[in-house]
Amino acid sequence: MTDISLDTLATSVARPRRDIGLKKRYAAERRFRLYGVLAIAIGLAFLAVMLTSIVSKGYTAFWQTTVTLPINFDEKIIDPSNKRATDPNVLITANYPKLAEAALIEKLGIDPNDKAQVRKLKGFLSDSSRVQLRAIVAADPSVIGTTRNVDILAAANLDSAFKGQIDLDVPESRRKVSDQQVEWMNKLKAEGVMAEHFNTGLFSYGASSRPETSGVGVALIGSFYMMVIVLLLALPIGVAASIYLEEFAKKSRFTDLIEVNINNLAAVPSIVFGLLGLAVFINFLGLPRSASFVGGLVLTLMTLPTIIIATRAALAAVPPSIRSAALGLGASKMQMVFQHILPLAAPGILTGTIIGLARALGETAPLLLIGMVAFVADYPKTPFDPATALPVQIYMWANEAERAFVERMSGAIIILLLFLMAMNIVAIVLRRRFERRW
Amino acid sequence: MSFLLVFAIVLAIGLVAFVVGRQRARAQDDGTVKPHSRAHYHGWWAFLTGVVPAVLFLAAWDTGASAYLDSHIHASLPADVADGTVAHEDLAAGLVKSLASGMRRLDSQTLAALPQSFAELQPMLAAKGVALAPDTKDYMIPIAADANRVSDRLDTIAAVVSIGLALIGVGFGLSRISPRARARNNVEKVMLWSLLGASTLAILTTIGIVLSMLFQTIAFFEKIPLTNFFFGTVWDPRFAAAGSGGAEGQFGLIPLLAGTLYIAFVALLVAVPIGLMSAVYMSEYAAPKVRAVVKPALELLAGIPTIVYGIFALVTLGPFLRDISAALTGGTPFIQAQSILTAGLVMGVMLIPVVSSLSDDIITAVPRAMRDGSLGLGATRSETIKRVILPAALPGIVGAILLTASRAIGETMIVVLAAGVAANLTLNPFEAMTTITVKIVNQLTGDLEFNTPQTLVAFALGITLFALTLVMNIVALYIVRKYREQYE
Repeated sequence: MTDISLDTLATSVARPRRDIGLKKRYAAERRFRLYGVLAIAIGLAFLAVMLTSIVSKGYTAFWQTTVTLPINFDEKIIDPSNKRATDPNVLITANYPKLAEAALIEKLGIDPNDKAQVRKLKGFLSDSSRVQLRAIVAADPSVIGTTRNVDILAAANLDSAFKGQIDLDVPESRRKVSDQQVEWMNKLKAEGVMAEHFNTGLFSYGASSRPETSGVGVALIGSFYMMVIVLLLALPIGVAASIYLEEFAKKSRFTDLIEVNINNLAAVPSIVFGLLGLAVFINFLGLPRSASFVGGLVLTLMTLPTIIIATRAALAAVPPSIRSAALGLGASKMQMVFQHILPLAAPGILTGTIIGLARALGETAPLLLIGMVAFVADYPKTPFDPATALPVQIYMWANEAERAFVERMSGAIIILLLFLMAMNIVAIVLRRRFERRW
Repeated sequence: MSFLLVFAIVLAIGLVAFVVGRQRARAQDDGTVKPHSRAHYHGWWAFLTGVVPAVLFLAAWDTGASAYLDSHIHASLPADVADGTVAHEDLAAGLVKSLASGMRRLDSQTLAALPQSFAELQPMLAAKGVALAPDTKDYMIPIAADANRVSDRLDTIAAVVSIGLALIGVGFGLSRISPRARARNNVEKVMLWSLLGASTLAILTTIGIVLSMLFQTIAFFEKIPLTNFFFGTVWDPRFAAAGSGGAEGQFGLIPLLAGTLYIAFVALLVAVPIGLMSAVYMSEYAAPKVRAVVKPALELLAGIPTIVYGIFALVTLGPFLRDISAALTGGTPFIQAQSILTAGLVMGVMLIPVVSSLSDDIITAVPRAMRDGSLGLGATRSETIKRVILPAALPGIVGAILLTASRAIGETMIVVLAAGVAANLTLNPFEAMTTITVKIVNQLTGDLEFNTPQTLVAFALGITLFALTLVMNIVALYIVRKYREQYE
């Protein structure tokens, strides 16, 4: 023992320190670390770029330019031959845009007989004034013959120009807003007649071929119906299935099969669920196309595996001592599960359900196949009426060429992301607040 | 009587039975005999004996009745229609059905003196807001009226029988209430069966997916030979023009499959290194504080819907890459706005959190002892990771990559918006290619006729996609599970 240690001691003093390439190895270590930081930085940078790009394109959609005009509900224009008492169609088919135009002409101080000037007014105000003014007259026919201030929407191009999104240095012939219109716009702006207001229409309008009167109203209702259906079906079924698998099922071929199935369904491409919905719910069962009910069923099947997996994890996290205690006090197995395990697992189940719902809310592909890509202008009264969904509405706007639709689309994405964010925050808060570590 | 009304009545009977049953059980408990079940179990048992048979009968009757009504309408169609082709007969039956449902809105006076010609009937229906196809024939009116009578009769029978069943069941349930009756066990047995039923829904869904696609696919291959689909290199389905018979198009899978795999490959090229490196950094280097902030931020990427990625590729990244390439060559862009590169890049970023969270699980599952052993022998951290941890975790990581690849192959919205629709066969990543999922969407949006190969091909594509991802998932899940067992 002793002489060996002496021996090594002697040689180690003599031998120079062996070069084990420490410098190189440390450099490699630093490089490796850097790669890690870079990888994370790339991911986060992309996230930041994507979000800023969408927000910067879309935040302006929440404002809409209107022109406040004193509309003279002139009997000569609405009902020139004075037949409205006998023929109700007169008030429906009257030339309402003419009223708005006349008010604008007067406001701008143009000579009504100057045809060239009047023609340049075309495309200044939105054609939606027809619907808007008709509604006013229909609600109160006595308004005819009087004058009233009404906020008329500016046409989409003027709206863009007003928000400064159209480059006015481009030659006049190559942009959609003429110099004259810009001059008028600035005049009205200076008078405070033309101004931006919060765009409530974005939340209330349905589909429209005019950007200024299109919104996510129908899509929000459709998505709401679907979420309710998913919640009502997927949550009870998912929880029941998990309880069976986690608490009652004995390990057998059959339960193995169910388990493999659930894991697989969680990874099946979402578009396949759309094919299932089309073939089974629409073609075989004859349910209506474009209905949020069918959309809800498809999303339910898609969300079930997520909920089942989360619920089983939550059930498994409840310690066995709770089970033994309940059983020991004389509870039946069913009572043990429903009165003790389930309440303790509830926060975890709810978190999983909310995350599943959030995924279902953003899902687009299966809904395209069951006909949710539809031009729906009226609110769906029941889940069986034609409707769209928020992401599908975004997809439809993505296929439009006009600039103003891109703005609406980005605005709709912001709305969608806000909803998802709210749901995720609720899930996180639930988890933080109620989760128990055993 | 409508289905919903009957259902509501049955439920109401059940609820009354619950209250009565609970009351009766309480009244019987005079303290002499120890009751077997608590009072509300007796109530629930009475509820179940009333409601369950009635509802089951109602559901079965409803299915049977609609089938019976169908055959009844078919049988009463005149011989010259019934002798025609099946499609024609179905069309006529469909017209009768919509006529019958329209006639439900007429009041009884009009129905009593029903006009026998469609020309007279149509304005009456139109006044009630019912729009009907103009090729509805006069002979259909009596058939529709008859169909309505038959279905009314069927509905009445259903209502009477199911309410009767509910009453009998409730009576039975209530009569069995006694202190020693095993009501709780009975209720729990029903609960157990419904739990089992819920868990079989997963299997039913899979069966539904396979069967629904299989039938349509078989119909497709009756029109187009198998080899044309699986080995065809040209995708040109044409549009299903009315009366063209629709067999002219070419349905080659190869260009779509190539596009799908190419884009998935580019996506993996982006996602695997970045995802893996960030997982490694997160689990081995990052301080807990950094981890607490960065990890949820990266997971945000997973929470963003894929349509948002697709829009970003379409509106921002695609034009940006095109303009950059134009600036590099000084004029003509060599990257198209919709290209494999754009779609692959964006999809890759979408998959980063998938790779990183899967690999994170796998890396943390490598036993502490292996790590400590390597560090104790003097290896640096990166050497430990590269030479010990990653090799040990390799099977798991391969499984994770397979799972990610199956996500990439099945991804739809990004490629629909960013990859293009032209079915090219090219190796140039700057050009547009299309994928299986894009074509499924293309073939199935818009108005559909269900028996043209142009529509049916979507199901053949769907089943191909399903089979492809299924195999990858099963293999991946198997590998991951085996790997976990290895270290447990």
